[in-house]
Amino acid sequence: MNPLASGVPFPRAAKVALGDPQLRTNLRRATHTIRDRRAHAVGELPDWEALRTTAAAIKDDVLRRLPELLERFEERATAAGATVHWARDAAEACEIVSRIVRGTGETSAVKVKSMATQEIGLNEALERDGIAAFETDLAELIVQLAHDTPSHILVPAIHYNRAEIRDIFVREMPADADLTDDPAALAEAARSHLRRRFLSAKVGISGANFAIADTGTLVVVESEGNGRMCLTLPDTLVSVVGIEKILPTFADLEVFMQVLPRSSTGERMNPYTSTWTGVTPGDGPSDVHVVLLDNGRSTTLADEVGRQTLRCIRCSACLNVCPVYERAGGHAYGSVYPGPIGAILSPQLTGIGENASLPFASTLCGACYDVCPVKINIPEVLVHLRDQAPHSPAERAAMSVAAWLMRSPKRFAAAERLAQLGTGPLAAALGRRTVSRLPWPGSKWTDARDAPLPAAESFRDWWKHRDQTAGPQGHTHPVEETP
Amino acid sequence: MSAREEILTRLRAAVTHIPPVEVPRDYRRGGDASVDLLIDRLVDYRARVRRSTRAEVGAAVAACLADASAVVVPGELPALWMSGYGGVVLREPLDVEQLDGAAAVVTGCRVAIAATGTIILDGGAGQGRRALTLVPDHHVCVVDAAQIVAGLPEAVALLDPRRPQTWISGPSATSDIELQRVEGVHGPRRLDVIIVD
Repeated sequence: MNPLASGVPFPRAAKVALGDPQLRTNLRRATHTIRDRRAHAVGELPDWEALRTTAAAIKDDVLRRLPELLERFEERATAAGATVHWARDAAEACEIVSRIVRGTGETSAVKVKSMATQEIGLNEALERDGIAAFETDLAELIVQLAHDTPSHILVPAIHYNRAEIRDIFVREMPADADLTDDPAALAEAARSHLRRRFLSAKVGISGANFAIADTGTLVVVESEGNGRMCLTLPDTLVSVVGIEKILPTFADLEVFMQVLPRSSTGERMNPYTSTWTGVTPGDGPSDVHVVLLDNGRSTTLADEVGRQTLRCIRCSACLNVCPVYERAGGHAYGSVYPGPIGAILSPQLTGIGENASLPFASTLCGACYDVCPVKINIPEVLVHLRDQAPHSPAERAAMSVAAWLMRSPKRFAAAERLAQLGTGPLAAALGRRTVSRLPWPGSKWTDARDAPLPAAESFRDWWKHRDQTAGPQGHTHPVEETP
Repeated sequence: MSAREEILTRLRAAVTHIPPVEVPRDYRRGGDASVDLLIDRLVDYRARVRRSTRAEVGAAVAACLADASAVVVPGELPALWMSGYGGVVLREPLDVEQLDGAAAVVTGCRVAIAATGTIILDGGAGQGRRALTLVPDHHVCVVDAAQIVAGLPEAVALLDPRRPQTWISGPSATSDIELQRVEGVHGPRRLDVIIVD
């Protein structure tokens, strides 16, 4: 299965989630908690908008100079003792990582939570090659133990509540049967479960939040310390890094380490951030690899409207404010990148054909754009992608007719009158101005929502007669007489 | 064509028509670098904070380590800091099992950020390699008031990117279960910060 496209259209996948009241309760509680926390953390900074503007501009500058910055990163990281690899696509990236791990003679690796490795389906690929990849982030561990897939970029197990997590632990770990569902007790159980594995791990696998071109430095932002364990205790470290993760200079972290934690977890700063540059003798892994991943990014970069998607720093703020995500949940998107960012990133990485329904999985309300720390105009990209998506012949025909009607005021007025005449009796019979069931093809609309009937009087008619009906609101401006 | 060449060729073609980008930098610099603000932020993360005079650091460290039988100490830690501690002091070289057996670790730091309550270690004198402050369950960190800066821009300016860094903001924590923050996961479950001035 493609981690970026399930093949199930969003409306069909969303129906499953919408029928699960427990899931909707879990999601509602979690998204509201985190969105309030973000608002509070962001409200603390009087220069928030200036930081967003800078962050967006730095990323745009990176995208413009991406070839030279990647070459510089490679040169500096190599000089510092790292080995840099390039991967055109998921299969090539998996093959590179697998070859490195097999070369160590090890059959297991510990993993830092990483979207890039999810995107390429690394765990499954390693498993096929006889290598067990152990997720160590608490939520990734929950998801892995439950034989499930993540449903959120930041909190992959957001769709589970504490009681469900407790049951997964007791069933799969095995944890004590008297384990409570207190989050502290659950975190403690995860600690004990992974402790020995950390202390004996020989190979670590990670992604990276940032890759600094000037110095060849990688940065990983985390909370639990599992990242630090994987990044410092093993002898071998392999990091899979999307090519858009580049920042020009180390000083740019002064912007991104302000906007990322506040946008993602709603904290002033996350508990742990690790930075490393190649190999440091006596401190951390002695065999350090970086896999630079394209996997659809260069295609995305070529699109004038869509390329802003590559500014994304995977903070997940857009998921937490999205009315569609809140109700449908992450699995409905059929991609490791769910929510608003997923609706524009997944179709661009895979090509629109494999994710044709995703650009429509949105109300275009714009809440995502408001909270985005790098100012990605998600609604603009959604509309742009909708334009590229395949449309049925019937829809194209209907749109052509609508365009023909709207090109001429006369035709439009006639159509309006026709609609009023046709629906007037219906409204009278129904006693209201909405219809809850229409015949096909209108049924496609009324399946999920009521259809409004045309108003008894059109705006244009009202405008024509407004002088006679002018009430307190209807005053008109005098028109200058030309002599 | 190699993967490297193919990707770079695609990227060069993709960026040909992107106009140059102006990067404005109108965000705040400087600000409050006070001990009080740092303490407020640290306490918010559930770190325990003590203040001490330079002469009394040994006593402050000993007080933090009252229940620790064996403590890891990195190279070049000022001798005065451990002068009040009576238990076993473990020094490098240490393997991971020895680190796991230690109750606590005492270090200094490179810089502390008041605005975010963040302490940054870069492996310099009195800080040790990264694993030292990771495996023991209790981290006692001594911060000199002179090391406190206001915000991220001031801190980043002091750092050497080539040194491996750990930025620490409170004890390890997770919000993965119902978004409820829990302190104490895989990293140290306790963080004691002693601010010296």
